[in-house]
Amino acid sequence: MQIIDDGNREALKRMLEGDPVLIDVVPARSVMPALRERVLLHSGPPIEWPRMCGPMRGAVAGAIVFEGWAPDLDTAVKMAASGAIAFHPNHHFDAVGPMTGITTQSMPVMVVENRRFGNRAYCTLNEGLGKVMRFGGNDAEVLGRLAWLRDVLGPDLGSAVRAAGGFELKSIVARGLSMGDEMHQRNVACTGLVMRQLAPWLARTSRDSGRLAEALAFIGGNDQFFLNMAMAMGKAIMDPVRGIEGSSVVTAMCRNGTDFGIRVSGTGDTWFVAPVEMPQGLYFAGFSAADANPDMGDSAIVETIGIGGFAMAASPAVAGFVGAGSASSAAIYTRTMGEITVGENPEWTIPALDFQGVPTGIDVRLVVDTGLAPVINTGIAHKQAGVGQVGAGVVRAPMACFTQAVRALARRLNVE
Amino acid sequence: MSALINQVRRAFYMDSVALMRISRSVGALPGVATAALMIGSATNKKLMQDAGLLSDEGAAAGANDLILAVRADDPGTAAAALDEARKLLDKPATSDRNGEEWHPKSLDTALRQLPGANVALISVPGEFAAAEARRALHRQLHVMMFSDNVSIAEEVALKQEAKQRGLLMMGPDCGTAILGGTPLAFANVVPRGEIGIIAASGTGLQEVSCLIARNGKGVSHAIGVGGRDLKAEVGGIMTLMAIDALEADASTAQIVLISKPPEPSVAKLVLDRVAGCGKPFSICFIGADDMHVPANAGLSADLRSTAERALAGRRIASSGAPASAAELASRAGPGRTKVCGLFSGGTMCAEAQVFFRRAGMVVASNAPIPGVGKPAAAPDAHVLLDLGDDAYTVGRPHPMIDPTLRNDMLGGALTDGRTAVILLDVVIGYGAHDDPAGELIAHLPPAKARQAILIASVCGTQEDPQSYSRQVQVLQEGGVVVAPSNAHAAELAIEVARRLA
Repeated sequence: MQIIDDGNREALKRMLEGDPVLIDVVPARSVMPALRERVLLHSGPPIEWPRMCGPMRGAVAGAIVFEGWAPDLDTAVKMAASGAIAFHPNHHFDAVGPMTGITTQSMPVMVVENRRFGNRAYCTLNEGLGKVMRFGGNDAEVLGRLAWLRDVLGPDLGSAVRAAGGFELKSIVARGLSMGDEMHQRNVACTGLVMRQLAPWLARTSRDSGRLAEALAFIGGNDQFFLNMAMAMGKAIMDPVRGIEGSSVVTAMCRNGTDFGIRVSGTGDTWFVAPVEMPQGLYFAGFSAADANPDMGDSAIVETIGIGGFAMAASPAVAGFVGAGSASSAAIYTRTMGEITVGENPEWTIPALDFQGVPTGIDVRLVVDTGLAPVINTGIAHKQAGVGQVGAGVVRAPMACFTQAVRALARRLNVE
Repeated sequence: MSALINQVRRAFYMDSVALMRISRSVGALPGVATAALMIGSATNKKLMQDAGLLSDEGAAAGANDLILAVRADDPGTAAAALDEARKLLDKPATSDRNGEEWHPKSLDTALRQLPGANVALISVPGEFAAAEARRALHRQLHVMMFSDNVSIAEEVALKQEAKQRGLLMMGPDCGTAILGGTPLAFANVVPRGEIGIIAASGTGLQEVSCLIARNGKGVSHAIGVGGRDLKAEVGGIMTLMAIDALEADASTAQIVLISKPPEPSVAKLVLDRVAGCGKPFSICFIGADDMHVPANAGLSADLRSTAERALAGRRIASSGAPASAAELASRAGPGRTKVCGLFSGGTMCAEAQVFFRRAGMVVASNAPIPGVGKPAAAPDAHVLLDLGDDAYTVGRPHPMIDPTLRNDMLGGALTDGRTAVILLDVVIGYGAHDDPAGELIAHLPPAKARQAILIASVCGTQEDPQSYSRQVQVLQEGGVVVAPSNAHAAELAIEVARRLA
């Protein structure tokens, strides 16, 4: 249909024209006025406490204690269960968060501005690996690290980023793709590239060398540090693509550990929701699939812009989480995603695919038509609150989200 | 009490996903509780500590060292598992040079990969086939539809749409075609030549094109139209279009038309069109020998005569001395008199019936031609079975792909005290089994232990992947009599049966 083709052409154009720049790191409440006391943002489509999975509940309880709304985890759980906390999706406040994706008022968030369209998107700082709040961790060590991020790293990064006048993210991703990152499971190269640009500005703005060393060691010791930047970048790129009449391009994919939700450009801000699926993957020592929580997090925003699972060919090692783990099987993931997307990104190319651009702009019609669900690279959380990450792997978006979206778009265009 | 071993490899790095894969393999060994291979970073050591996998040795490892850790039922098992871990770690990467190949899942992607494509071969379950065919037609692609279980109403609609677009809609249930020298689905490697073929039958097309090839001529194009094209509902839409196409094709000097006997109204349509065509025709409406055909056409009741007519009257014969029916009859076990035909090709079975009927033999088939009954109605008849019939293929591949069913039935026929002759077709070429003759022989008792004679023909060419001569040789060495065509095989079986009657 002409209106759909036109809409999708416009959607792809806006995606490719996006110019995301990291411009600041600030406390969440300063840029999201809705984040008051006892307001908590989570990953995925809307969900209330009774339906939240174990790690999400663990993270919620931890965040309540972290914000000082309750003295301990038990009280926090009671408070959440009593309805005293207002829950909202990050996506409703221009934000995204990995895994449990908890964002509360005092947490530092990165501010990414899309300079082409003027919109801004937010994401918290990556906490590192192991026992962390995004995987449901909530003990003293987890909350202590969050306090350090709030009191030390956040403000220092903010000063450095402001002093530098911002960091353009698109070119970092382009280089990362040629260095083996797909920006979801693997952010080693991009983290290093950011660190190279950031380090001199941190040094210039830091008040003491001990703090500086701590900041650099934290970033340098966290291979996934760039993930949250990639996510804010993804949100900043996709938001201007929302609401294009007729467009069947997906503008967000996200999961809350219970439900998977997508939004489609031509159907406004409606969430199309279906139960999340279980990732396939590899587990850390002492854990198995029996411990795993189903798919979770706003991080699938990176697949929405064509990286992560869609750029698997750039990062063959990541394909090792499932199947043969060969470079050729990694390439198959990317080529297959090319069958459900409206175009390629000429700036984000993959050397191993003869510099083919990453598949860009998921078309819900093509997903339903081919039966090929988007592939998402993901971490795996323990299903119980408080344990943390137990593995990583690959998961598919549930087909039911896309069939609902196609029907809704058809209704809207009166072609049902 | 379980045993824990740590070993540290200094200054060693390997990608964490690769290490996790090795950990999983080692952890799955019998007697091993858990295993982990991890770089000794603080985070990793914490994980290993929590999993009860870190000993003092591992704890002393640095961020550039690899820790190998195993917890097992006893120290011996742990040490053996550690050995296995070391082996996996040091194993050179083996990779298939070609790796996994990507195949497009959708028609549009395939067309982007191969922009000049003009034919789509559709082989999906019947309920989806019409939608896929329509999709292909809308992209101006000719369609060959291998799928069956498509309704006749859908077939008519698709063929009408194809006709409007000037495209061929070959099928549904079209098993064979050769377009411009390219074999599609079940087809043989046949040299290009001046003979064009239009066929509503898969093995009929294969047999005639192979007889033509083995006797020195070639095929311009072979167009399948599907088994129902000459039914009244469809009205020969594609047969007529195929005649148009071959008439217009400069490389085609003469045309062969093969089908079951059409309904009279359709026969008239087609024969009128033949009469209006400037090229000579050899027509085979299997079993029909009393139909009036136009002056530019000759009618044959069987496939061999059709091929011979296309070969300008050349007789197809055995290259060596023909087998002696008398000698063969003497090999049959006492009291054995009946022929049992086990055919993988439906038209092969029909052609054999034509010869039995013509010879006045009492014959029955699960797929009877006019004048022949079903086996249940004629318990003393010779029985010729089409094993490609739907009743035999539910839930299993066609016998041309998977010979298991026929080989099983062969065993039954040999032990049946009435069977004197087993009549077979061995179809090779693309799509068929890699070595049907070898499979057949492997399932037979030694020749001396057999109480029945096996007579077969091979449908294929020397250039086929399985090689005609190789298949013939394997059959002959296995004590199977090989006739130069399906028709010859049927005639020989009849001769033997007559001597035993």
